[in-house]
Amino acid sequence: MKRVRFWGTRGSLPVALTAPALRARIVAAVRGARGRALAADADVEAYIDSLGFDVAGTFGGHTSCVEIETGGPDYVLCDLGSGVRPFGQAAIAKHGAASPRTYHVFMSHVHWDHIMGLPFFVPAYIPRNRIVIYGGHEELEFALRRQMEPPSFPVPFGTFKADIEFVRLAPGVRHDVAGMTVTTLLQRHAGDSYGYRFERDGRTVVYSTDSEHTLAGPEEMQAFVEFFRGADLVVFDAMYSLADSISVKADWGHSSNIVGVELCQLARAAHLCLFHHEPASEDAAIAKLLGDTRRLEEITRTGPPLRISAAYDGLEIVLADSP
Amino acid sequence: MEITHRAYADVVVVIPAGRLDHTVADDFERSLLPLVDPAAGSSAGVVLDFTRVDYISSVGLRVVLIAAKAARARGARIAVAGLRPVVSEIFAISRFNGVVEIFPTVAAALAAISPGAGVAYAAARPPES
Repeated sequence: MKRVRFWGTRGSLPVALTAPALRARIVAAVRGARGRALAADADVEAYIDSLGFDVAGTFGGHTSCVEIETGGPDYVLCDLGSGVRPFGQAAIAKHGAASPRTYHVFMSHVHWDHIMGLPFFVPAYIPRNRIVIYGGHEELEFALRRQMEPPSFPVPFGTFKADIEFVRLAPGVRHDVAGMTVTTLLQRHAGDSYGYRFERDGRTVVYSTDSEHTLAGPEEMQAFVEFFRGADLVVFDAMYSLADSISVKADWGHSSNIVGVELCQLARAAHLCLFHHEPASEDAAIAKLLGDTRRLEEITRTGPPLRISAAYDGLEIVLADSP
Repeated sequence: MEITHRAYADVVVVIPAGRLDHTVADDFERSLLPLVDPAAGSSAGVVLDFTRVDYISSVGLRVVLIAAKAARARGARIAVAGLRPVVSEIFAISRFNGVVEIFPTVAAALAAISPGAGVAYAAARPPES
């Protein structure tokens, strides 16, 4: 596996930067530039890079959609949130609409924010494309078809011209897909969700979103530690603070940055990527979450350092070269 | 794990030590929850003396939350005192500083919860030099 590319990173509902918020950032950046020598383009770039991500960037954006670049010819995606729309546009721009491709899509579950992008996934409307949708839910196909029925949507699922298949995966069984070994894990979430462990060429990526950790017993924790064991990258649901996730938002089906760090430390994973951001969180709040999480890792470290990132739409994480 | 306790008037001070992680969480819960019962002498509340706690994980914090809920359910208070810098940061990052009251010292926590407990604690300790 070569890299992981994030097309949608927000939980529950897409969000957009508002014009007033954008203006406030521009004002802050221009004020900060006063007195600086910015005649050369390189100086401008360096100045922008010196600004915080909550000023010079934005976490976005779209709901869950993550691409795993395997090094093979097929595309591999996790979830069909609204981020799959720009992914589809990029794929067509790269290959052209007339060049058929195969897309393997692994679904964590069928809640709305994880399926809402499919009606806008243009490759599904193009003949000779092949889309294989994998998941653990019996009602996977039903859910994807139903969201495109009247009165919810004007274009029925039957309009798709691509060859679309559904494959049900059993938890704990190793499956071979697109040159990868794929294992699933049943997770705690309303209606269930599934985590995925992808392995290829000596590299491992784990996608574990919409997953609540009750912290009530060692068996639950140990199952996730083994699932994350030695992963190069763990994409992890860090929607709430620990306090909220086990008190006022208990049973809401989500986890925290704290649990992500602990599980990755125990599993000796290399890189934790905070994912499925709370839609009510402004960029500054997510930037603080990232800083807090890095600090937590630093003060609790007992083994090798754990790299910490916060996912944003457009983030690319390059996996280390294969051994 | 090592955990001791002592009653001062109507408040019990609980003193755990070491790392409060998944390996000791069950012991911590079994030791702490009976002390939240008023029969243990904690009718006004419980103070967790964390001056000897090196680290607390999410599982340990969950036990604190369970104890806090049990105390509040009967109108008592629960507080944490004497956090070491690392543990203090963990409370802040986990947002547990909004779940329980935090005091710099056991004496301050006792005085806030029960004046009688504060007096009893001061009387039981030698004056600080």
